[in-house]
Amino acid sequence: MSYWPIATLEFAPLFSWLHEKLQATGLSETWVATVSYIVLGSIVFGVLSLVALYLVWWERKISAHVQQRFGPMRHGWHGWYQTIMDAIKLLEKEDVVIEKRDKIVFFWAPVICFVASFLAYVAIPWGDGLIVADLNIGILYIMAITTFTVISLLMAGWGSNNKYALLGGMRSAAQIVSYEVPMMASVLTIVLFVGSMSMVDIVKAQTGWVWNWYIFKFPFGPIAFITYIIAATAEANRVPFDIPEAEQELVAGYNVEYSGMKFAMFYMAEFINMFTVSAIATTLFLGGWNGFAFIPSWIWFLVKTLGVVLLLMLFRWTYPRLRVDQLMEFAWKFMIPVTFANLILASVIKYLGWYW
Amino acid sequence: MRELHTEEFIVNMGPQHPSTHGVCRLVLTMDGEKIVKIEPVIGYLHRAIEKVMENRTYMQCIPMMDRIEYVTSMSCEYVFSLAAERIAEMVIPERAEYLRVIMLELNRIASHLLFYGVTAMDIGALTPFLYGFRERELIVDLFEMTCGQRLTYNYIRIGGVSRDIPNGFEQKCRKALEIISKKLSDYEGLLNENPIWLKRTKGVAILPKELAIAYGVSGPNLRASGIQYDLRRNDPYSIYDRFDFEIPVRYNGDCFDRYLLRLDEIKQSIRIITQALDGLPEGDIKNKKSRQTFKAPAGETYARIENSRGELGVYLISDGGKKPLRVKTRGASFNHVQVLPHFGTDMLIADLVANFATLDIIMPEVDR
Repeated sequence: MSYWPIATLEFAPLFSWLHEKLQATGLSETWVATVSYIVLGSIVFGVLSLVALYLVWWERKISAHVQQRFGPMRHGWHGWYQTIMDAIKLLEKEDVVIEKRDKIVFFWAPVICFVASFLAYVAIPWGDGLIVADLNIGILYIMAITTFTVISLLMAGWGSNNKYALLGGMRSAAQIVSYEVPMMASVLTIVLFVGSMSMVDIVKAQTGWVWNWYIFKFPFGPIAFITYIIAATAEANRVPFDIPEAEQELVAGYNVEYSGMKFAMFYMAEFINMFTVSAIATTLFLGGWNGFAFIPSWIWFLVKTLGVVLLLMLFRWTYPRLRVDQLMEFAWKFMIPVTFANLILASVIKYLGWYW
Repeated sequence: MRELHTEEFIVNMGPQHPSTHGVCRLVLTMDGEKIVKIEPVIGYLHRAIEKVMENRTYMQCIPMMDRIEYVTSMSCEYVFSLAAERIAEMVIPERAEYLRVIMLELNRIASHLLFYGVTAMDIGALTPFLYGFRERELIVDLFEMTCGQRLTYNYIRIGGVSRDIPNGFEQKCRKALEIISKKLSDYEGLLNENPIWLKRTKGVAILPKELAIAYGVSGPNLRASGIQYDLRRNDPYSIYDRFDFEIPVRYNGDCFDRYLLRLDEIKQSIRIITQALDGLPEGDIKNKKSRQTFKAPAGETYARIENSRGELGVYLISDGGKKPLRVKTRGASFNHVQVLPHFGTDMLIADLVANFATLDIIMPEVDR
């Protein structure tokens, strides 16, 4: 029956308290479920906004230390509330719009981008049982919903009535569509072994210590992990695949005409996307919430995810950018053959029952 | 249903664009990502320096020359002084010549370090930019120590230099050179074998020998195309004939060679400075005739030197008065902008950015 998520050990008292209070008001079961989903959604939204804010700060600090700088230092200890101040600044800013934009498309692009990036968290398990809805097609749903970003980028490119933005939008469409294929193939390798698309089932299949995680469990794991990370970097528009917003070529790419809060929505969505792809990598390959018993599962999840985020950030600050044709070449001539070969080999092994 | 068709469109790259190194406008006719035609439009940074100099005394012209190309302003000051000295047939004290060579070569290193950072950034690697600036800072500190300025130095005077190097300069300079030559291997390790870097620069925007000569390309860009031509050797000025150094040359003429050649040049400049510091004589730093009221006798001359971008020349006409009658400068970047549309048509916008960066074009030198 459970509309309500199975709460973890750590969060169980809080959630059951809320649930009891709601039922005590005498509302029907549907209303209780609706209210609890709204509450849950707000919690996820709040946590994610916080995560995005801190990822911005973290990225600035990491880039600074890679480049032998300090980064933000003025607001609080090592500038810990710098991004909050930046967000306030962006809120205050005038929303400059151009005269000849396509009004509807221009307005809705950042909204779609923002919402699509949040929607993935419906099916991502933050900890043992800490999931909004354990969909039986979890990973498929996440893959589908994150691809919505590309529509918003295309819309931004078209609606801005700017040639740089249009080029950026077209580039992002080509890129994300191409890298979706190897990404899906490497995800399928794991789905094949688990036999389920539910994110919770995938994590439960990796219960135990490091050798049970899919990155180490069998030889297909590492290959799938590496190809997934490469595709995810492209999916999140990060260097070396950041051609949609290549600053030195397209000024800022698709978001060149956006300012103020609309720009902030794109910016936040970018960081949340990065967190999403890292969370998927954690769930599929790094054992999700599994870890030592005495540390809460959600901490394990966060630590692993932030580890993957760190990896993506280090990519950004150490690599040059690929050219658009080289990027496509890499996807179609290298990534797709490798991931498909990996997937086919894995299915043969699975069919013959030779895996351990 | 209307038939689907494609059409070319025009993109104005600049005058305000992150990678045009100043205010250059490139009118690009594009077919999707491909560039069909490039048309440079210059003049956004024209400050009429040549005209202004006609109303300044010779000594007042030197800070004006600084502004012609602020990345290597020492060489601009030097080439103007050289022209004036040639007209006045002035003798430069030994120590002043050595100091000039030290400063010129330090400035060349600073310029190439800036090139390293900016090129890497234009190709998308954001970190080398700050690494390049970090080492450039050491040199800029040395300049600040000597003449109090960090960008526009006003140091070289007609007949000498404005002041002697302070105590401790030599040790600090040697230390800086040691650090730079150590860091150079870091730079090479960061980019030279990086597959993405190689893909972006190798075989991209090849400048053939004949084209380079036809358009008057000079400096590192010419040497990367396989022509060993350096004014320090081919038309020696100052005391460059006394030092033992090589003129690096590379043969492919692509972006990668242009980038490597500049790293090679840094090593050669370090060699020259070390020799100059070793042989630095005692004595005057200025000719006695070098005063604020300097007057050149009537006459005209063309002085040219090799600065970090290529041939930098000054054509100076004097009518014997306090002010020059006409000053015409020749900047290498002007020719490099001119050759830009002739690199072939199979370029993408990303290649154009890489090409613009590795040609090391700087706009103030083009517009003056």
